[in-house]
Amino acid sequence: MACIEARRLRKTFGTTIALDGVDLRVEEGRILGLIGPNGAGKTTALNAILGLIPFQGEMKVLGRDPWGARDQLMRDVSFIADVAVLPRWIRVSRLLDYVGGVHPRFDRAKAEGFLAKTTIKRASKVRELSKGMVAQLHLALVMAIDAKLLVLDEPTLGLDILYRKQFYDSLLNDYFDGTRTIIVTTHQVEEVQDVLTDLMFIDRGRIVLECSMEEFESRYLEVMVNPEHVVAARALKPIHERAVFGRSVLLFDHADHEQLAAFGEVRRPSIADLFVAVMGNQAGHKQGAAK
Amino acid sequence: MNNPSSVPESPIDSHAIVPASASPTRPFYWSVRRELWENRSICIAPLIVGVVVLFGFLVSTIGLPERRRAVLLLDPAKARVAIEMPYNVAAIMLIFTAFIVGVFYCLDALHGERRDRSILFWKSLPVSDLTTLLSKATIPLVALPLVTFAIIVSTQLVMLFWTSVLLITHGMSPGSTWTNFNLFQQSLILLYGLVAIALWHAPIYGWALLVSGWARRATFLWAVVPFLAIGFFEKITFGTSHFGSMLKHRLMGFAPEAFAFNMHSIDSPQLTPVRYLSTPGLWLGLMFATVFVVAAVRLRRYRGPL
Repeated sequence: MACIEARRLRKTFGTTIALDGVDLRVEEGRILGLIGPNGAGKTTALNAILGLIPFQGEMKVLGRDPWGARDQLMRDVSFIADVAVLPRWIRVSRLLDYVGGVHPRFDRAKAEGFLAKTTIKRASKVRELSKGMVAQLHLALVMAIDAKLLVLDEPTLGLDILYRKQFYDSLLNDYFDGTRTIIVTTHQVEEVQDVLTDLMFIDRGRIVLECSMEEFESRYLEVMVNPEHVVAARALKPIHERAVFGRSVLLFDHADHEQLAAFGEVRRPSIADLFVAVMGNQAGHKQGAAK
Repeated sequence: MNNPSSVPESPIDSHAIVPASASPTRPFYWSVRRELWENRSICIAPLIVGVVVLFGFLVSTIGLPERRRAVLLLDPAKARVAIEMPYNVAAIMLIFTAFIVGVFYCLDALHGERRDRSILFWKSLPVSDLTTLLSKATIPLVALPLVTFAIIVSTQLVMLFWTSVLLITHGMSPGSTWTNFNLFQQSLILLYGLVAIALWHAPIYGWALLVSGWARRATFLWAVVPFLAIGFFEKITFGTSHFGSMLKHRLMGFAPEAFAFNMHSIDSPQLTPVRYLSTPGLWLGLMFATVFVVAAVRLRRYRGPL
């Protein structure tokens, strides 16, 4: 069963089109990275999935209409919207009491277990915790909820590298079990590269690239082309070209590894490289269209 | 891996697995507790006023025995008024405090969570907007009257004991206080009055909740200025002040409906619950309160952080 199934998802704010007819299907047990520039529509898409905003089109999340039944959906869906949405006035112990009191799938012992690994005191108020500790606390709450879908919108924004690394490590080691589904948006693309099973690029309200990580790894190759081969390499229609230390680095989609090896050193591009390539081409199309 | 997801679940099954969640009262119960944790002024403000009133009373009892002797020479009705007065003043001040606290609580209830972005956290939990709004409306309509009742009765009890001790040490009987201010009977009148006031003011709280969910800033101004504007407009245009007296009726109108005061004083009123319950103003007000709360529920569904 698909965890999320959306057809012709559309959302406008005044004259701004945030989502422009998005078709989306996320299977259970996937970790999807939703990558896009600022204002691409990532948060709008997540808000629609979470039932926080109305939208046009059809969407079922875990078989439910999210806008119609947010409170029921939230029994099976957890989300961390941002690093700083926990109420600042609340005490850690009372936060645990409250979530335990309203959430049927919250396992308090589990949350206490996660917190025991941190330096967070039960008697502290959220406002007394550092930004990194608040993120740890929120993650501990969310990981103690037996949800089917976890949505993370920039969960590590503004955290230092130690907390960011730890965040994704705990998520993978202590939470993800192959049946849950996770959707994550982030600008720190390199950090989620090894975490994701699926990749989706979104720009100006449209999905511009959608592939699994296996597909990503087999499809895309990057060659640092020796100067004498540049013309021949360009003839194979790279999707992107950039210069590094005066040498051309060409990115190919569906190219033959053997053939490329003749031009120079072949390597697997990072998500960030592909992102720049795809978004660069998008911008190029846009400019072309404007002319 | 052992996790329940390997067993196919329907929403109905999931209820069966966690029967505790089937009870719809738990999210409401915890939401009300959450409000009380966040808004400690609900208890603290009346407590402070209670302490101030007690302190004022303490100072005022200097020379009480002499004055009590003089008071007891008056005719019984006037003596009663004089003896009762400080107790009633204490009650009225605390009721007024509770009203102010309630209005400001409501004005912030749906605004604060948007301002500090915590609405994103609250909405990530399986608590409906209706439950949230009902828990917030419970604070001024139920929690505050109960707190006020407890603090008023405690304050009056302390006043009674202090007076008694003072009179006894001056060789007088404290009976003149206890017979003229019957705490048990007064408590019942107070409870009735608090319920009558809360219901009468329900549309005011509902309006404040609605404005706090709607306005981006300056909730107090948005809540008050439109009424002032209408009042001024009516005064300037037609030279009348029907709107103003309507507002005044909404603020104070519970008193003449719920109580029958005797001619000479505002003390020892007769309770008139039947007249109160048959006042169209009460039901009209409750109707407006319901409309405001329902609108606020719908509004919160669309609302995100500011």
